[in-house]
Amino acid sequence: MKKSVFLGAATIAGLAAGAAVAGTVDDVKARGTLNCGVTTGLVGFAAPDANGEWKGFDVSLCRAVAAAVLGDANAVEFVPTTGKTRFTALASGEIDMLARNTTWTFSRDVDLKFEFTGINYYDGQGFLAPKALGVSSAKELDGATVCVQTGTTTELNLADFFRSNNISYEPVPVETNAEGQQQYLAGACDVYTTDASGLAATRATFESPGDHVILPEIISKEPLGPLVRHGDHEWGDVVRWTLNALIAAEELGVTSANLEDMSGNPEANPEVKRLLGTEGTLGEMLGLDADWAARAIAADGNYGEIFAKNIGEETPIGLARGLNGQWTDGGLLYAPPFR
Amino acid sequence: MSDQTTNSIAFVADGTIPPSPPPANETGVVKWLRDNLFSNFTNGLLTFASLVLIYLLLKNTLPWFLNGIWQADSLAQCREILNGNVGACFAVLTERWHQLLYGFKYPGDAYWRPNLALLLLLVAAAPVLFFDLPRKLLLFTVVYPFIAFWLIWGGTILVPLVAFLGCVAAAVAFQKLGKNSFAAGFFTAIIVALVVWNVGGALIPEGASDNAWLSAVPSRDLGGFMLNMMLGVTCVSLSVPLGIALALGRQSDMPLIKWVCVIFIEFIRGVPLITLLFVASVMLSYFFPPESTVDLFLRVVIMITMFSAAYIAEVIRGGLAALPRGQYEAADSLGLDYPQAMRLIILPQALKISIPGIVNVAVGLFKDTTLVSVISMFDLVGMIRGPILASTEWNGVYWELLGFAALLFFVVCYGISQYSQWLERRLATDHR
Repeated sequence: MKKSVFLGAATIAGLAAGAAVAGTVDDVKARGTLNCGVTTGLVGFAAPDANGEWKGFDVSLCRAVAAAVLGDANAVEFVPTTGKTRFTALASGEIDMLARNTTWTFSRDVDLKFEFTGINYYDGQGFLAPKALGVSSAKELDGATVCVQTGTTTELNLADFFRSNNISYEPVPVETNAEGQQQYLAGACDVYTTDASGLAATRATFESPGDHVILPEIISKEPLGPLVRHGDHEWGDVVRWTLNALIAAEELGVTSANLEDMSGNPEANPEVKRLLGTEGTLGEMLGLDADWAARAIAADGNYGEIFAKNIGEETPIGLARGLNGQWTDGGLLYAPPFR
Repeated sequence: MSDQTTNSIAFVADGTIPPSPPPANETGVVKWLRDNLFSNFTNGLLTFASLVLIYLLLKNTLPWFLNGIWQADSLAQCREILNGNVGACFAVLTERWHQLLYGFKYPGDAYWRPNLALLLLLVAAAPVLFFDLPRKLLLFTVVYPFIAFWLIWGGTILVPLVAFLGCVAAAVAFQKLGKNSFAAGFFTAIIVALVVWNVGGALIPEGASDNAWLSAVPSRDLGGFMLNMMLGVTCVSLSVPLGIALALGRQSDMPLIKWVCVIFIEFIRGVPLITLLFVASVMLSYFFPPESTVDLFLRVVIMITMFSAAYIAEVIRGGLAALPRGQYEAADSLGLDYPQAMRLIILPQALKISIPGIVNVAVGLFKDTTLVSVISMFDLVGMIRGPILASTEWNGVYWELLGFAALLFFVVCYGISQYSQWLERRLATDHR
């Protein structure tokens, strides 16, 4: 008898836990804050500033989602995660979404039971070389010594690239990005390889960044994007379409500055009207208010504004749009239509 | 008269000869140099080599240190001011000073609270560390943990008050029953404490912390060197008594207690601390539903305490083993029961022998608290590696930040080691 009571209680507890996991949108609304997993610190992508405010490219996406769902871009509880704790934090329900420059791979999507809701940054592995070396292409690096972080996919990509181009190299294994910087500056290796955004951030810290070039070859695909738990499709849709709204807003010319004019303008492009909720019922289909996307854009601006503010060419990191340009500009950003 | 004396005797010493100064090379600096630095050819050569080494070291570090920039907004600005000269960029320390000490989320208007807690810690620890002080001061030590909790976490004062009352009730129950039977007193005390905590917890109104005089600060907002100090102090002070209990348990004649202790110690010692921390931060959140997890700080404290308690238990077991068998027999022959024998005869001697080992574990544990940065808690090292080095202003400043961290840890660890040496001298009663 006692045993069956206990089992019954356990079942109810299990059901309650299952129900709590099923409706993340409702959970977030009930809680009043969005638990967003970010990195413990990556230049330009996420880091607290001197006042303890989180700032960065990934952080802006968290704020946009919070603005869309809760109407307050500051209603975000940022949960810092390391490369080792990020997936368990998401799987255990400690965080609602992970926006932590995580590469979308087959096994993470399928085997780890996560759902990538889009790509907010197309990264790839590149090479940093001193100008004095006089190379203009990675294919001229025959016989070079290369600093590479051990135990990462960059190490494997590097081997593949040199083998497929039939040139030789000598790896200098380093443990962390900081060590890689020091080794490269000390001349322990001719070139340093890691993700191109990381190379740009690294170069920005040098005393004379102009003496170093990032070679044009990108030798791997590293699509970075936000992810949520598998199986909660309503919540996945909210995150996916918030990101799409930011991308579409840039394409349609909606910025945080002209947002008011655009939504008040009856002459506006019909897709802009649908996006901003002055026409149609897109917000309702998503389970949110009509002006959800307008709030998301108002939070930190559209995709282009977020990019320019955190990692763009005006910042010390100075990344060019490149692959992350709109499809109309030759980039890969292509938001599906809002209709 | 005087002439006669003078003439008849050639010389009379009317006092001692004033001592003449020692030869120039047998005194002062010269002698010290000769004795200590240039006593023979090899030593002279070594001295010379060391001087060259020190010169080279200073030549490279002193300009870096003395040219240091203390006021700038970013690394780029530092370099602009230095204009190509060698120099450190200590401006990162001044700009991020509060973040290094308190973490980046602790409310800025509440910094006085951890400061006061640290000050009171010195007062509370004094009678424990220096037993010449009046014993009445120990009363404050007993109350201190609750005051510190209230100061650092804030919120309603009822929570630490209920916790304190529970402990007092347990102590009273133990006093009443523990005289006759240790076990009866011990278990009654635990039950009494649990009852008081549960009843008291139910009486605290919901949302009592919302408008409390000290604003509530969640554990996740703690950080910086404050977090290292809190973890270090809490875990050391909890793990010493736990370690003693485990060491005694391992020597017990009762098989159940003995084997529980042995398995606990051997299991914990066989697992790296970082694994335990991962279990605390990652695995446990799978076992609890998302809303009702145990506080992360508490989980980490439990894991580090268990870890260091196992090591301290082994150190104390060494001390117990070093005591001659006769000490145990002497205690028995006086008719003392087990608790009395342990408290009055065995442990005072065994602990004295174990001091260097315990201090060794304590210093190691204090430094190990930086490992919490891998489970994304922002202790001093976590602050440096994460937020500060990842800011666009300060990316690339390594020596200044990590040197500062090393300095803070050195001060504390050196202090602990000096205290232990004083304690050993103070307790040296045997080989006078």
